Amino acid sequence: MLLIKTALRSLIGNGLKTWLNVFVLSFSFVLIIFMQGLLEGWNRQAVKDAVKWEIAGGQYWNQKYDPYDPFSIDSSASALPVTFKSEYAAHQLEPILISQGTIYPGGHMFSTLLKGIRADQHLLALPTNLLKSKNSSDIPVIIGMNMAKQTNLKVNDIVTLRWRDVNGTFEAVDIRIAGIFKTPVPTVDVGQIWLSLKQLQKMTLQPNAATILIKSDQVATQTLTAWPFKDQIEMTKQTVALVKAKSTGFSIFYFIFLMLALIAIFDTQTLSIFRRQREIGTFVALGMTQSQVVGLFTLEGTLNALLAIVAGTLYGLPLFIYYALKGLSFGMDTSSFGIPMDDRMYPVFTPNLIFGTIIFIIVITAAVSYLPARKIARMKPTDAIRGKAL
Amino acid sequence: MKTIVEVKSLVKNFPIGTGIFTALNGVNIEFSEGEFAGLVGPSGSGKTTLLNIIGSLDIPSEGEVIVLNKSVGKLSPRQAAQLRKEELGFIFQNYNLLPVYTVFENVEFPLLLLKMNTEERKKRVMETLEWVGLTEKVNSRPSQLSGGECQRVAIARAMVKRPLLVLADEPTANLDSANSHNILQTMEKLNTELKTTFIFATHDEKVIGYLRRIIRLKDGKIVEDKAVD
Repeated sequence: MLLIKTALRSLIGNGLKTWLNVFVLSFSFVLIIFMQGLLEGWNRQAVKDAVKWEIAGGQYWNQKYDPYDPFSIDSSASALPVTFKSEYAAHQLEPILISQGTIYPGGHMFSTLLKGIRADQHLLALPTNLLKSKNSSDIPVIIGMNMAKQTNLKVNDIVTLRWRDVNGTFEAVDIRIAGIFKTPVPTVDVGQIWLSLKQLQKMTLQPNAATILIKSDQVATQTLTAWPFKDQIEMTKQTVALVKAKSTGFSIFYFIFLMLALIAIFDTQTLSIFRRQREIGTFVALGMTQSQVVGLFTLEGTLNALLAIVAGTLYGLPLFIYYALKGLSFGMDTSSFGIPMDDRMYPVFTPNLIFGTIIFIIVITAAVSYLPARKIARMKPTDAIRGKAL
Repeated sequence: MKTIVEVKSLVKNFPIGTGIFTALNGVNIEFSEGEFAGLVGPSGSGKTTLLNIIGSLDIPSEGEVIVLNKSVGKLSPRQAAQLRKEELGFIFQNYNLLPVYTVFENVEFPLLLLKMNTEERKKRVMETLEWVGLTEKVNSRPSQLSGGECQRVAIARAMVKRPLLVLADEPTANLDSANSHNILQTMEKLNTELKTTFIFATHDEKVIGYLRRIIRLKDGKIVEDKAVD
């Protein structure tokens, strides 16, 4: 208690220098928590959106399906396994047939992935109810906003679609843009056309076929060799890795800010020890050991971090609460970023993040404060009393 | 009277460049309880060095210094700190007050180191400030005090724990004549009333005028040791 009181008094006695150090350190502290909170929020939102729009409770992939091999996509579908019959009937399993095609909007050629899904599914947030056709010649499709922007297509536009059936025969038909949906998940939007499963099965001459099966999280996972299961973690690992990579990138900024603050503290400590030699000598004469005085000065430097936490809390906490509730808009189109990213991002400030950052800053400040304080241990108290030890 | 300091064949060397400077050369002396004694001599005579060794702030190069039955040269840093904390008081030429503390807190500090309880501490600090006539200034900071007042705070800080021995290094060097006499009278009163032993290092004639024992040092040796009536 005595040490804390003494250290705090001396620290506050340093005046403006202390407050400048505290401000820079608190700014680093708030910035680190805010940016990490933003990334954590983005991460959670990206995973949540991916689950909502694309993954649901996980996916069974046809063992022949490789999303990165355009040559095998058309031949990677097979009949829905009988074991899933009841789940399929209960809409707890939604088959998706994937094929390739080309559309010709405004006379331009545009390669696309065709995805067939049941119109009455409810596992994904896609507005598939729009896929119900008005008559036998009507082929309604839905596309994402990004796709609509790229192809310049609007609702009710008719566009020619060309594809190859399972035998390799080219076919063509006019399709109608029945709806354009807005999604933060680009992997259900960019370069994709969604149409009725039955329609696509008919077009590709693959009745009852599916490429992937989307499972509800209400049903148990089955192990099938021909249909390996990909859970939510596996399906979102790329997104998570990407956010993590961004987080590493941001660390450079944290490092720079933190270094500025720590250099200022180091400089203040060094100067303080030089200026306060008499005080150091007096502490020793009054009965403190030199190691206790080293501890006192280290504590004094470390208190910069504690004051920074108090100051950071004063102006940072309202900011954190505001943005956690209201979100943060970047004011730009994020659909072409290639990863799930909503218009508004809601930072998530977890106790781990807050307390982890606090502990990290305290420890690193203590270390920086200790380095110049070590000089005290080498001082001759008799010289220190006269202010001539350094 | 009980002997509280024994200095036996004390030699203190300091390295200077490639050579050695002998600050104290074969000093033998004893101090008894309740003395009001002074180490007198010109600059470089070794008086401050002797005072520092008696105060366990430094150690002998040769010989032995026994303070309150403890051999200074054999104490660990922790034991030396313990001795200073519990038994010794220091008064410095430049007062060496803690600038961010008030008068009360400066005087209270040695008692905090002794972990004395709050009530007893407060009582003791106020009593000591009364001795030195500074009860009106308890909330002032050193920067708001005159030199004389600062030195009286330093005396109070040295006396507050009722040490057996107070070591005062040139306590009047920065004071005018009136203030010098004032603080010397204060110390003389404390010596008489509390039987605290005072050892000064000084070359100030005003201080010498108050001493009851004068030990003259020259070139690290005692050249005169006389009692004054």
